[in-house]
Amino acid sequence: MNNVFIYCELTEENHIADVSQELLTKGKTLANELGVKVEALVIGHQLNGIEKEIFPYGVDIVHLADDAKLSPFTSGAHARVLTNILKQEEPQIALFGATANGRDVGPRIASALKCGLTADCTSLIIGDHEDKKAGKTYKNLLYQIRPAFGGNIIATIINPETKPQIATVREGVMKKEIFDENYQGVVKEFKVDGIFSDLDLAIKIIDREIQPPKVNIKGSQIIVAGGYGVGSKENFELLAELAHALGGEVGASRAAVDSGFAPHERQVGQTGVTVRPKLYIACGISGAVQHTAGMSDSAQIISINTDPNAPINKLADYAITGKLEEVIPMMIKYYKKNSK
Amino acid sequence: MVLAKQVPDTRNVGKDAMKADGTVNRAALPAIFNPEDLNALEFALKVKDRIKDAEVIILTMGPARAAEIIREAMYRGADKGYLITDRKFAGSDTLATSYAISLAVKKLAPFNLLVAGRQAIDGDTAQVGPQTAEKVGIPQIAYALELLAVNEKEITIKRRIERGVETVTGTYPLAVTVHGSADDCRPRNAKRLMQVKHARTVSELQTETRDYTELMTARPDLKIQEWSVADIGADVEQLGLSGSPTKVKAIENVVFQAKESKSLGSSDKEIEDLMIELIDGHMIG
Repeated sequence: MNNVFIYCELTEENHIADVSQELLTKGKTLANELGVKVEALVIGHQLNGIEKEIFPYGVDIVHLADDAKLSPFTSGAHARVLTNILKQEEPQIALFGATANGRDVGPRIASALKCGLTADCTSLIIGDHEDKKAGKTYKNLLYQIRPAFGGNIIATIINPETKPQIATVREGVMKKEIFDENYQGVVKEFKVDGIFSDLDLAIKIIDREIQPPKVNIKGSQIIVAGGYGVGSKENFELLAELAHALGGEVGASRAAVDSGFAPHERQVGQTGVTVRPKLYIACGISGAVQHTAGMSDSAQIISINTDPNAPINKLADYAITGKLEEVIPMMIKYYKKNSK
Repeated sequence: MVLAKQVPDTRNVGKDAMKADGTVNRAALPAIFNPEDLNALEFALKVKDRIKDAEVIILTMGPARAAEIIREAMYRGADKGYLITDRKFAGSDTLATSYAISLAVKKLAPFNLLVAGRQAIDGDTAQVGPQTAEKVGIPQIAYALELLAVNEKEITIKRRIERGVETVTGTYPLAVTVHGSADDCRPRNAKRLMQVKHARTVSELQTETRDYTELMTARPDLKIQEWSVADIGADVEQLGLSGSPTKVKAIENVVFQAKESKSLGSSDKEIEDLMIELIDGHMIG
């Protein structure tokens, strides 16, 4: 009771997904601060030995539901198992990846348990809350911090009265770190016999087509990103040229993706991927927090913008005021001239 | 049944979007039909195209002006609409909102499909669709991309999953949330617009100078129903702030942390010096 629970998603090859490893790390930090344990939930089929991938994150209990009905993922079957386990175990915190599956099943569980859920958190910390009106003080709540309203504000959300406090977090937002290679926990098997109603299993999967991820901007040390200010798909080609010359990848803001300048898989920010490259070159990006939430941890940031007062310039190490059609070709030229 | 929301257009936030005190100036943002709800409407209209006698009902929750999106949906092919509106809903989070919507949905039962956009651009939570489905007690297919087949008994849908796509089939009733990459909504239909341009809610009728009594009697489909807390039989404790487990502890207007930043122009010398500095600092090269 009162522990921190992490829903572990599985990759196509039945390994623990990156986002879940990141959440296990975060969960361990939170649990240590609260003086409680971390427990993991793994739901799927043919999961022999999966706990060995989980214990090193400092996990004490792995709840395992292993059944043919649970793989591939369907929200009905997973929601039933999760709801039953969470009702029984009464954790204080439950974390989910803000993935297609996590955002499919998370809200169903929150709805069934009548508890709060905060999507796409960019930071999770423990803190107290004083409700002056009610004269009540709440100790050790989970502050769920996320950009809201199109990224114009940062909201700290709390759930003072209901447990578990549920949050989803995108891949790449938290860092994964092994706690102790030799850490040992226990496995608790959850039997699914007879728990499903017809409705839980009503959706039948006919076909699945796995597409390998084409671009990997997350893994790139150098990112040349464009925003709405790039102006056209053609101008994005300029960014691609610079990225190619520097050995980096092209990223884009949501505004650029929405305008059709770049595909969604290149989107950086709260609703895209979070990146931490060595160098981030922001071209024609104004710097809404929704975007900066996904790149502000870059080691160095260069901004190229016609507006010297663009908000992103405050974040930039170098703020170049100028037209990207002129600046980028110069950067390519002088890079080639001076690189050894 | 299509769930839709009128949202402030957070994609086109101008300088006046935030007030000096750090709160959002809603008046400065145009109210629009939530983009993915238009994908949802199109999805429902495609079902209507293929199933004889199918009816598309649009359901929204919001202030009186949200009737605008019901009319918009009707111009594009929806048959009729319902607006859940009451001051007591103010402050509802996604759980309280889904509670209210689920009661309205149950009141409109029986139905085959509950279709919603994946998420609304003012919150980006993607929660209300699945939370409503859970409360109504029906299964869901999230992230629909394409309607592959539909008949009187079941529906087959292609949907997005994390690393690809999946084809799934479900029997009614069920909920579908539609992804923004699904087909765009068809435009307004001129004939349909003429037929339903006088659709009004009761509150709107009270402010009209023209007498609509005769028209509304002859064309009951033009009346957009407004439902209050009492109409849907909701428990007030489960609505608004009291019914919302999530509370906003703090709101921070976005202010970038000032960091030492070098301002550069775009002269050849400045750019060359920058590139040399980056190369020397092993940032590139």
